[in-house]
Amino acid sequence: MKIKHSLKRKLFQIIAFGYSNPYLMNFKGGKIFKGKWKQFCNPGLNCYSCPAARFACPIGALQAVNGSMNFNFSFYVIGLLLAFGTLLGRFICGWLCPFGLIQEFIHKIPSSKLKLPKIFTYIKYIILVVFVILLPILVTNYMGMGKPAFCQYICPAGTLEGGIPLLSTHPELRQTIGGLFSLKMFLLILTIIGCILIYRFFCKTLCPLGAIYGLMNKISIYHLEIDKHTCVNCGKCKNICKMEVDPVKVPNSAECIRCGECAKVCPQNAIHLGFKVRTSSISENVTVSKSKD
Amino acid sequence: MENKKKYIVRTTIIIISGVFILYGFVRNETEIVRNKAINICLECIGLG
Repeated sequence: MKIKHSLKRKLFQIIAFGYSNPYLMNFKGGKIFKGKWKQFCNPGLNCYSCPAARFACPIGALQAVNGSMNFNFSFYVIGLLLAFGTLLGRFICGWLCPFGLIQEFIHKIPSSKLKLPKIFTYIKYIILVVFVILLPILVTNYMGMGKPAFCQYICPAGTLEGGIPLLSTHPELRQTIGGLFSLKMFLLILTIIGCILIYRFFCKTLCPLGAIYGLMNKISIYHLEIDKHTCVNCGKCKNICKMEVDPVKVPNSAECIRCGECAKVCPQNAIHLGFKVRTSSISENVTVSKSKD
Repeated sequence: MENKKKYIVRTTIIIISGVFILYGFVRNETEIVRNKAINICLECIGLG
């Protein structure tokens, strides 16, 4: 039996989600996992305050070390991100990220669907530089400790996966709810509405991890290639892409999450995704003059 | 980017990332990550 590509990816995402979040029973008592796995980072975005989480969130971990008393630069987390990014690029977003899967399920809620203007995709780079890198290093308390600004002021994954489950099981925490929680709930609601209307709204506009892996898409070992000799510029790949990428023009676009839908729809089998560099006749930068219908 | 150039860049980054991870382990960054991750992060849940 041949499994449809989209279903295969969904199953892969669900398995990755389960591997990252196996401790479901912790939701009941509002506990979080405290084992040794927590010193390792998940490749995708997954709040470490989520009761079910096995690993640390790489963005949270980066801010924690950068904002610590002793260090301003996390060799460990940067090293992990470089390794993940060089190996897989945004394949991680498309196949392994738990919050990516959540967004895809939210997008299934029936409504009219919209496209995102390209300018909004640059916001995530500003968030990466300002909230993840600069603020935890520069804004410190009297002890020299910085706060994880992205987690604190923006991250809707933290509110959804950590905030809501923990606050619902800890009455003592509920007593401390204030303006900050209202801001985060507002951003979560905005993200959910965004995800209903726009495919992977958070990945496209706000995710600093997507920004890092997107920059590494150009050099990642897992990559996309176009066979310029067989491509007939039919435009089917561009039309099916939910990340609004034209794979023929920009095969290794920072927005491409390597979902593989373009390769499946190509009538000429001209799109190849994988680790292996194929023949020399395949180009990664094809100049397309005009699309044929 | 040409394939050869890309190969050099990838190899260099993989080596750098390996050195970074090892150096991070040596100076105990993993403990900071673990300490943050095993306690409820008040900032993450919107209370911090």
